[in-house]
Amino acid sequence: MSSLRILVPVKRVIDYAVKPRVNRAQTAVETANVKHSMNPFDELSIEESVRIREQKNHHKSAPKVEEIVAFSAGPPKSQDILRTAMAMGADRGLHVVVEEKDALEPLGVAKLLKKVVDENKSNLVILGKQSIDDDAGQTGQMLAGLLNWPQATQASKITFNDHTVEVIREVDGGVETLKAKLPMIITTDLRLNEPRYASLPNIMKAKKKKLDKKTLSDYGLDTELRLKTVKVTEPPARKGGVKVEDVDGMISKLKELGAL
Amino acid sequence: MATSARFVSSLRRTALSSRAPSRCQCLRPAYQVRWNGNTPTPTSATSEPHQPDAEGGVKGKAAPRKSIKYTSENYPQLQRDSKFTKISEKHVKFFQELLGSESAVIDGVTKDASEDIEAFNSDWMRKFRGHTKLVLKPSSTEEVSKILKYCNDNMLAVVPQGGNTGLVGGSVPVFDEIVINLQKMNQIHSFDEVSGIMVADAGVILEIADNYLAERNHIFPLDLGAKGSCQIGGNVATNAGGLRLLRYGSFHGNVLGIEAVLPDGTIMDDLSTLRKNNTGYDLKQLFIGGEGTIGIVTKISIICPRRSPAVNVAYFGLESYEHVQKAFREAKGQLSEILSAFELMDSRTQKLVNRVTGKKMPLEGEHPFYCLIETSGSNPDHDGEKLEKFLEHVMETEVVQDGILAQDQTQIQELWSWREGITECLGHDGGVYKYDLSIPIHELYDLVNETRDRLTEAGLVGTDKSHPVVDVVGYGHMGDGNLHLNIPVRRFDKTVEKALEPWVYEWVQKRNGSISAEHGLGVTKKPYVGYSKSDTMIRLMKQIKDLYDPNGIMNPYKYI
Repeated sequence: MSSLRILVPVKRVIDYAVKPRVNRAQTAVETANVKHSMNPFDELSIEESVRIREQKNHHKSAPKVEEIVAFSAGPPKSQDILRTAMAMGADRGLHVVVEEKDALEPLGVAKLLKKVVDENKSNLVILGKQSIDDDAGQTGQMLAGLLNWPQATQASKITFNDHTVEVIREVDGGVETLKAKLPMIITTDLRLNEPRYASLPNIMKAKKKKLDKKTLSDYGLDTELRLKTVKVTEPPARKGGVKVEDVDGMISKLKELGAL
Repeated sequence: MATSARFVSSLRRTALSSRAPSRCQCLRPAYQVRWNGNTPTPTSATSEPHQPDAEGGVKGKAAPRKSIKYTSENYPQLQRDSKFTKISEKHVKFFQELLGSESAVIDGVTKDASEDIEAFNSDWMRKFRGHTKLVLKPSSTEEVSKILKYCNDNMLAVVPQGGNTGLVGGSVPVFDEIVINLQKMNQIHSFDEVSGIMVADAGVILEIADNYLAERNHIFPLDLGAKGSCQIGGNVATNAGGLRLLRYGSFHGNVLGIEAVLPDGTIMDDLSTLRKNNTGYDLKQLFIGGEGTIGIVTKISIICPRRSPAVNVAYFGLESYEHVQKAFREAKGQLSEILSAFELMDSRTQKLVNRVTGKKMPLEGEHPFYCLIETSGSNPDHDGEKLEKFLEHVMETEVVQDGILAQDQTQIQELWSWREGITECLGHDGGVYKYDLSIPIHELYDLVNETRDRLTEAGLVGTDKSHPVVDVVGYGHMGDGNLHLNIPVRRFDKTVEKALEPWVYEWVQKRNGSISAEHGLGVTKKPYVGYSKSDTMIRLMKQIKDLYDPNGIMNPYKYI
């Protein structure tokens, strides 16, 4: 098998332990002063690429990983998660600065990624199956379409054979095994692996790794938005409970509510 | 659909981490426990909820409360004081008329209410059980006052009770003391957004208070494992410590005012909301940590800090206790005002958590000591810069051998679970002898080594069933000089107890430490007060007790 040049796109999103709140104008989720981290599915992608490289330490027949590039298109702060990706094991970072107000749609990201793939001569792109903020779940598939590469989505296990890549994905009531040749697109699902912690020595090393900063105009892309967000609303608030004095009180309350 | 993805991913993490719900050495009273009548007399060591059954196992459903052995049987040296009146129908009638509502009086005197009353008679560890026949749940300070006056006049003994989550048996009756439970007094009266001062009833549950404050960007200066059940009045009465103490200090500084009822019914209204108030004796301090022996705390006013939006957690491996001390000094120097926790765990506790939970160790290699550092501050960039400098420094100067820095909220929680999960995992092999001690920091870990040597020399420690002791481990709030010395055992054994006590207390006494750092004295540590307080101090404490409670009706048979 030819050596691998892996591209891992990562996205900076609101930390999933944080409860998102809709802004006053109901146009978006409030992002100011909210803790952000790497999209958890993207953590899986980084982890998996690093594991693919580490396999070479144990099996001679494992594919050689030439390079792992972490990529992010987002506000300046996205550099933080690129550093995290590099602390986890990516070799270098590529940051395309896109201000939050100009955030790209999945098609825009896919078009950008196509250019990045060409530029870096990547032959394997591992993406999270979705980002937890927009939940579009489209980028990987669109990229596969634009590149005309095979795609294996929602991977829960990835194995490299002599000439093919085998991907196991969970489907209703069982698993499905796919086989494809490189170059290809893989999107990750929760059961794929358990991401490692960023160790202090690696965090320090990551600071010295190369991080290229580019803009959309460097790629000469048309990223015109096709969708308009009409309104964002929170789910209806749960009604508070009431306290009853005793069993009789509970029965009469239940009757009152028509539950009995 | 954003929510569902969040939900799924957090589910996955939960499955992987099974994070302990909270951050303290005390567990929530939610674990399955078993306590059978055959267990030997407990020592003063605080024992754990996972008590072994006859076969030495700890699995199975919680034993019914009725099978818990009476405290009076476990501690035969305690005798009911005949000066106290036995409760009669007449007394019950008075209380029913006074409190009105049916649910405010659980009457086991005129009828059989044993099912309802057992929860108030026994503690969550299933270790203590009293004989009370009457539980009162007043709704106001005035009602508490009238109850106490009547009890004082009629020589009826009482036990104040909050969430009943204590570890030393202070909140349950020994004999037939009337339980005065404050759960109905659960109003938050005021909160001043400018000063951060909250005034609330004693019966407010800690977690509710903290959530209330969280909505207002503030934080309760105390956090502990039992926060879902314990009440802030009880926290104050026992001067609970917990995880935020390093940063925010103890209740002796945070509590600005207390309203308490004295045994004769006097309402001591010292509910000041002033930060500074130098006007004579600061009497409220007597109620903080007094464990309900001179009066009942009914309201508190407390100063609450702003909640920090930026929290970071790092986890280190270190090669010796000397290095731990160096790291602590560096942390104080370089992180100074943002340092909010410095927790110590020895390698044995971390291997234990690894073995019991099956989680992968956070660091690759093995290290004799581990530390968890938390910073919290108002500006993520500022904190990040400071932390980065500190981490670089301790790595370069080889103060720490290895370390990791949490990259997101989930990793923060995962790393905390390696500290918080210890208590739960310790109970895995059977019982645990637990000591909660304050020791000068430079000698803190010596006690663990010496205890291990002592038990090993006595041939008590081993890997197979013929040895009662599994291991001797240490962890704790390093920043506060508070060590939790824990001895997990396969079974409770008299020879182990003899090897431990009073040796541990003597060791602590020689170093002017404290035999109870944050758990209090209650019933269990009553005989050992002398190791931390001189005769003069105990005499002065008794004088105060006699002054406020001349009839001795408040929480009798406990430490004083």
